[in-house]
Amino acid sequence: MRPISSALDTTARGVPLPDRPPRHLPGEAGIWLFICGDLLVFSLFFVTFLYYRGQELALFRAARLHLDQGLGALNTLFMLSSSWFVASGVRAVRGGAARMAPYCFALAWACGCGFGVVKFFEYRAKIRAGITLNTNDFYMYYYMFTGIHFMHVLIGMGVLAFLTRYTWRGACDARKIRNIESGASFWHVVDLLWIVLFALLYLIP
Amino acid sequence: MSLWRLVRARTSVVWLLLVAATALSWKLSHGLGLAEPRDAGCAVLVVAFIKVRLVIMDFMEIRGAPLAMRLAGETWVLLMAAALIALYLGALQ
Repeated sequence: MRPISSALDTTARGVPLPDRPPRHLPGEAGIWLFICGDLLVFSLFFVTFLYYRGQELALFRAARLHLDQGLGALNTLFMLSSSWFVASGVRAVRGGAARMAPYCFALAWACGCGFGVVKFFEYRAKIRAGITLNTNDFYMYYYMFTGIHFMHVLIGMGVLAFLTRYTWRGACDARKIRNIESGASFWHVVDLLWIVLFALLYLIP
Repeated sequence: MSLWRLVRARTSVVWLLLVAATALSWKLSHGLGLAEPRDAGCAVLVVAFIKVRLVIMDFMEIRGAPLAMRLAGETWVLLMAAALIALYLGALQ
């Protein structure tokens, strides 16, 4: 009887199957520990927000109408695109096209800038209209969560600027690739968090 | 790797799906087809977590990660979506 491993390595006609790539977690274990912790904290934020929303439904519904959904959507596009640029940068570095990587990370950084500019105008318009953190519970959550998220964006932009320089000189070894993957993973979390915030704060009726 | 080769990848398809999903959730929020706010809200949350799962599986590459991480990721997405939808519907009493 043939050993199990070789039975699985070939098709019925005995043609060898290509090797499947080994399972791989991108980046250092440490960044994933941080990411999991961050996601847990934000999970609590999301649950808390919806719970208290349930206590003051009419207030939250009315307050949401003052948000500029167009700007929220634009920021979502900036976040999604920045993640695409970052993912492309990582692929460039792995695929032997490391010279393209700095451009990818720089473009992702530019998307982050776009996000920041939109946030500036959004906050400014609100504050000018007299809507602040103390206006009501909805806006307390709005400023708190988007503010904490924005701090993540700023840190992430620092990471992206670093990655742009880090990949400038071309070829990357395994250790360098793992560091790049760590930075990339952090940025994707920033994108992920905004996707949920956009839905919870701006969209749900 | 040429520029086209860099663009012509799964991640680009994922980006297109994410943008389309964003447009869809926008429309849902503005009353596409679903008259009841509760249905629109649920749909928005479902779409949001489809997007989150795409980011986790394809941008963060958990799809190809060790199975324990994959399981954790899928579980978190499911639990969060369920919890938030339950809380959202619970508010509409």
